[in-house]
Amino acid sequence: MQSLIARRPTSRVRKDPAPSKWAYRVQRWMLTPYVRGFVWKGIPTLVLLGAGALWLSHEPNRQAVIGQLTHLREEFEARPEFRVSLARVEGASDDLAEAVRAKLALPLPMSSFDIDLDAARARIEALDAVQKADLRVRSGGVLQVLITERVPVAVWRTEDGLTLVDETGHRVAGLLARADRADLPLIAGDGADTATPEALDLIAAAGPLTPRIRGLIRIGDRRWDLVLDRNQRVLLPEKNPVQALERLLALDHAQDLMNRDILTVDLRSDHRPTLRLTPNALAEIRRAQGLETVENEL
Amino acid sequence: MTDLYTSQRAMRNMRKAAMQRGVIAILDVGTSKIACLILRFDGPDRLREQDGVGPMAGQSQFRVIGAATTRSRGVRFGEIAVMNETERAIRTAVQAAQKMANVRVDHVIACFSGAEPRSYGLAGELDLQDSVVTEQDVSRVLASCDVPDLGPGREVLHAQPVNFALDHRSGLGDPRGQIGHRLAVDMHLLSVDGDVVQNLLYCIKRCDLELAGIASSAYVSAISSLVEDEQELGAACIDMGGGATGISIFMKKHMIYADSVRMGGDHVTSDISKGLQIPMAVAERIKTRHGGLYATGMDDREMIDIGGDSGDWEKDRRQISRTELIGIMRPRVEEILEEVRATLDAAGFDTLPSQQIVLTGGGSQIPGLDGIATRVLGQRVRLGRPLRVQGLPQAATGAAFASAVGLCLFAAHPQDEWWDFEIPAERYPARSLRRAVKWFKDNW
Repeated sequence: MQSLIARRPTSRVRKDPAPSKWAYRVQRWMLTPYVRGFVWKGIPTLVLLGAGALWLSHEPNRQAVIGQLTHLREEFEARPEFRVSLARVEGASDDLAEAVRAKLALPLPMSSFDIDLDAARARIEALDAVQKADLRVRSGGVLQVLITERVPVAVWRTEDGLTLVDETGHRVAGLLARADRADLPLIAGDGADTATPEALDLIAAAGPLTPRIRGLIRIGDRRWDLVLDRNQRVLLPEKNPVQALERLLALDHAQDLMNRDILTVDLRSDHRPTLRLTPNALAEIRRAQGLETVENEL
Repeated sequence: MTDLYTSQRAMRNMRKAAMQRGVIAILDVGTSKIACLILRFDGPDRLREQDGVGPMAGQSQFRVIGAATTRSRGVRFGEIAVMNETERAIRTAVQAAQKMANVRVDHVIACFSGAEPRSYGLAGELDLQDSVVTEQDVSRVLASCDVPDLGPGREVLHAQPVNFALDHRSGLGDPRGQIGHRLAVDMHLLSVDGDVVQNLLYCIKRCDLELAGIASSAYVSAISSLVEDEQELGAACIDMGGGATGISIFMKKHMIYADSVRMGGDHVTSDISKGLQIPMAVAERIKTRHGGLYATGMDDREMIDIGGDSGDWEKDRRQISRTELIGIMRPRVEEILEEVRATLDAAGFDTLPSQQIVLTGGGSQIPGLDGIATRVLGQRVRLGRPLRVQGLPQAATGAAFASAVGLCLFAAHPQDEWWDFEIPAERYPARSLRRAVKWFKDNW
């Protein structure tokens, strides 16, 4: 008997299993490698990037992200592994070490990320007595400051007082009395410090005259005068002063020149040395030659 | 004829392009089913290590990566009868195979069984200009063959040089470089109805596919189910399809004859349907599940429910014995085989040295067929199964897939056909560059 209630078919069977023309085309299209790559990778990437950009275009969101990142960074830098709690100064005398610590002026303990090592090095190297400074953060939270001190090689006398200079002529420290560093040669005159290497060469070349040297005077920031005891002076030329000094030494060796009663030896002209005798010696030599001179006040 | 020549050449180029891409589809348009296989070509080296399969028959070059079959619609006697139904069926098969392979195919090689194939034996002779056979000489001797009148609307499907003879020496496979005076060629030409080919072409084009080759299913199923020595010594392959039974005779590894009988498994089904008053689908099911050709005493007692949904209790509860079913099937199968016998006799099969007959195709799966075939066709009958190819699903290894598998082998290793040889220089237009090159070659 036929049921009076209309029954729907339990399962709708498709009569035709064939795909429609468009279904077939779309499937073939999706099997094309470029299209498939674009659909499965390109579109999701674009959507994700677009969503991210849209979210970031809102100002508070951007601020929140930046704040979060900054907070994370600060937290990381504040970890005890990166904390520097001690500065150790090495290779400097006690006084200098004190000065270096004062110059360093770091509010320890602080994070090693916050220390500006270059600026600290520049501050320390601004000290006259420091030639070179190496700053390193060592393990255990130690800031190691390796100091290379300047070695004074001469004493420079100026109108203001005495100064120690190193071989480049750079100031090392002040000096109260010459006797404190009697072992160092004395230089004087304008620009003497910049010509210190030449002065050192001259003193090294002085040879037998060395014990008699009292100092070197820079004349007109141009040339040197070698001052010996008994107020003897050797006027050295502007060019090749060392060779001139060596010629003088040869002359001295041959004729015992410097022990004679001479006031100055002028070596500025390399054709001939010019001597200036003391007045006594001059009078004596004239007398020996039978010359009569009139001594007057002029 | 020139038109077909160029279109066949275009198909060859298409096949080459598909090989370079590495993916090609195989389409077997049959009366009962449409099978689509997708092949991937990627060199013999990569696949050889995989499962110890050697380079047998060159088929290690490719691998089946997608396979699908669908019930065929709109095809009768191996010919397309309803275009859009067939187009939809092709689309179904191709889509399913593409889905399995996960790759898009653009090129397809197709085969069909109908279109009244007719075989012609052609012969050509040529006196060589110089005593060495060159490629141009081969082209010239092929061009010298007399083409018979094929009839209106018929086209050449296969034209294969079968044998070359040089002076008194015959049976040469490749005469190039040999020395002689007179070159002769035997060619086998298979013509089919042109409209059927055009219909198939149109259907495939409607599916956005390009045809890269076309073959007769009798030929390709013989490639897959005849073993090598059978092809060499001579054998006939009988491809019992749904709507047509293809016959091809092989000798010295060349097809020398092909024909088809326009009867097949569908006729057996329709006999059952008519005889038992049941729908075709039920008849097909009963045929495949209970069918047979030899009745025994046991079969009298084996009752088969025919079923039905007419609402009439008596009609819906009908039963028949298996003997009755066999009694319906056997005359038709015998008729098909007798037709085949007649065709083979007409082809002169009984004069061949080896008279091996191989039955394949879906119809050859009827139990007891080999017994009847022995009676009708001769003593040397065996059932052939297609060669195993890599990656073919288990469901597609049966005899019904002989032509699909054969088409795979055909795609991998097509035989040289007429249009694969160069056109002889004389046939070129007078101002052709090729002709100028030839003149230079000859004179310097």
